[in-house]
Amino acid sequence: MMNTLAKQDRWMLLGFALAVLAGPVLLKPFGAGYPDLLQKFCIFGIFAIGYNILFGLTGYLSFGHAAFLGLGSYTAVWSFKLLTMNVVPAIILSVAIAAVFGLLIGYLSLRRSGIYFSILTLAFAQMAYNLAYSVLTPLTNGETGLQLAKNDARTWDRFFGVPVVDGIPSTNFFGYSMVGYSGFYFCAVLLILSFYISIRITRSPFGLMLKAVKSNQNRLKYTGINTRSYALTAFVISGCYAGLAGALLAVTDPLAGPDRMHWSASGEVVLMTILGGVGTLLGPVLGAGVIKYLENIFSSFNEQILHGVFGFLPSAIEHPVIKVASLFVGEGWELTLGVLFLVLIIFVPGGLMQGINSLQRRLFPAPAHAGADATPGAH
Amino acid sequence: MDAIFLQLLNGLDKGSAYALIALGLTLIFGTLGVVNFAHGALFMIGGFCAVTVQMLLKLSTQVKDESIPGMEMMVDVPYLQVWWGDLGAQIISFAVPLSILLAIPLMLGLGVLMERGLIRHFYHRSHADQILVTFGLAIVLQELIKSFFGATPIPVPAPEMFNGSANIGEWLGLGAGISYPWWRLVYFCFSMVVIALVFAFLQFTTFGMVVRAGMRDRETVGLLGIHIERRFTIVFGIAVVVAGIAGAMYTPIVSPNYRIGMDFLVLSFVVVVVGGMGSLPGAVASGFLLGILQSFASMNEIKQLVPGIDQVIVYLVAVVILLTRPRGLLGRKGVMED
Repeated sequence: MMNTLAKQDRWMLLGFALAVLAGPVLLKPFGAGYPDLLQKFCIFGIFAIGYNILFGLTGYLSFGHAAFLGLGSYTAVWSFKLLTMNVVPAIILSVAIAAVFGLLIGYLSLRRSGIYFSILTLAFAQMAYNLAYSVLTPLTNGETGLQLAKNDARTWDRFFGVPVVDGIPSTNFFGYSMVGYSGFYFCAVLLILSFYISIRITRSPFGLMLKAVKSNQNRLKYTGINTRSYALTAFVISGCYAGLAGALLAVTDPLAGPDRMHWSASGEVVLMTILGGVGTLLGPVLGAGVIKYLENIFSSFNEQILHGVFGFLPSAIEHPVIKVASLFVGEGWELTLGVLFLVLIIFVPGGLMQGINSLQRRLFPAPAHAGADATPGAH
Repeated sequence: MDAIFLQLLNGLDKGSAYALIALGLTLIFGTLGVVNFAHGALFMIGGFCAVTVQMLLKLSTQVKDESIPGMEMMVDVPYLQVWWGDLGAQIISFAVPLSILLAIPLMLGLGVLMERGLIRHFYHRSHADQILVTFGLAIVLQELIKSFFGATPIPVPAPEMFNGSANIGEWLGLGAGISYPWWRLVYFCFSMVVIALVFAFLQFTTFGMVVRAGMRDRETVGLLGIHIERRFTIVFGIAVVVAGIAGAMYTPIVSPNYRIGMDFLVLSFVVVVVGGMGSLPGAVASGFLLGILQSFASMNEIKQLVPGIDQVIVYLVAVVILLTRPRGLLGRKGVMED
């Protein structure tokens, strides 16, 4: 599949794939080399890549993408309950249902643009969240969240005579259990696939049309092009990505709660995309990684660990340092996120990718032909 | 009839809070063209002004308990009560109204600082950047408050004389069944006064006239030799003060915790957009409209008719209005559509 890409993209995809697959080794020194977190990196990477196809390319700022994430999770868990513990039908169903709802919500929301579009998507997502909490309890199990049970139907598993185990069976990919590292590699392969598709979309004529929608929609309309259908397609595609991410969340941990649809989850994916760099290919994955890393690693720090870090200081200095530092870790990890965010937005508006690119340019003042490689995702 | 009137009343206090926040948001948007995602956090900080004032007033000393004779018991008694007896106790119970005295200068200072120090550098950036920088600021403010005051809600009671309910039904001759908590009534009146003051300020003062002219056409006002930026800074400060005192006075209704701002912010944005971006009367009207609709939807009769409607009504109304009236209720053409 690689020879369909331009040379620089081929190298980027190859590097990306190697980096993702080597994730457990590469991230070990940073304390993030365990499957739970690595899975999250991949899943939210997919979510952010998909979000970037809408926001990065067309410029439509959706504030309700978490609805598709939650929808994907619920669908996947229902598929585990009713059909089979195999993850393939769950993923296909989740993506399909996310696409259907994406079409519906996108069709209505894209009738408006600017902040009105954002508020419409927010309204749909909040409706989904509130309903999942209250009236749809038979479908969603309300606040507790939808869980697997021992006596679920699992009709296909019964039909094909999958051996019955004691207790709740784990999710599997044709027999390979999706727990731990195998789960991570499953997500990683899908992440690489998603990344590949997003490169293809970005570089295709369709991707160019989406960028045209972003830069000057009126002009496009005057040339007789129906821009809404392009935007709608992008909306549905990014909804599918979100549905896939939601399904993978359920694959790695078969539980779906309404919190996944809350507006703060929608806000999180916006933050990821922008932190990494809007409209770049690698940026969203990077942003997702940074945020999930902060959330998981910084929040687990406590005074004792800080004491270990700053132990070399004389105690007169150490105490105030620990006091200040402890504001930023543990319970306060979001403060770190907020500050990081402020600093980035103020000084590097293009996100991490812009920072990396300008750093690269400063360190290695490139000869003319290397200019294209220095900004792999910026086009 | 009585039930409907009661729901109308119940919607008012929430509607007042929405209207006040939406008013501030619209003021900032109309003058500076900035979408301020930190506005909810400012509402929350106002709430914590009330908490702080209450804590200050309640600073206590140890005094021998004389209610149990013959025992050496020490109890905490606030200084104010030690010095002034019952008057002191009265003052303490008035912590919430008194907190406005702290909130006004504090919020004004914070607002001017925010505009001068941060927002100013974002005028030429995209709306998305403005949203993000204020959102980041909101996270920082929220987390700072959490690290000082903790994560649990802190109850701040209303003054004692406003405990209990007003018998509104009897006043209006609608039957004795309708009563309404005094403090909510106070909050409603307070918000009406604040809204009236803001409108009067913009409508009847020279300063307000210049600001309105600046909202229309900032360049021309600048050409006339008026330093419009400075006035807009003050307008920003006023909007922040409105959010702050709205938050301070709201504390007896919902005990503030560090997240209260975000919960209000999302709804307030829906309110602003439904009212029409940049329209002050629209913001106030849709604030009350959505507050009241929300309270109607939570009536049992309606909930039985349409299950779940109380959960989604606000968003449903927002969707319907935005799809039928592209710019909200009273919005102007071409605002924030690109």
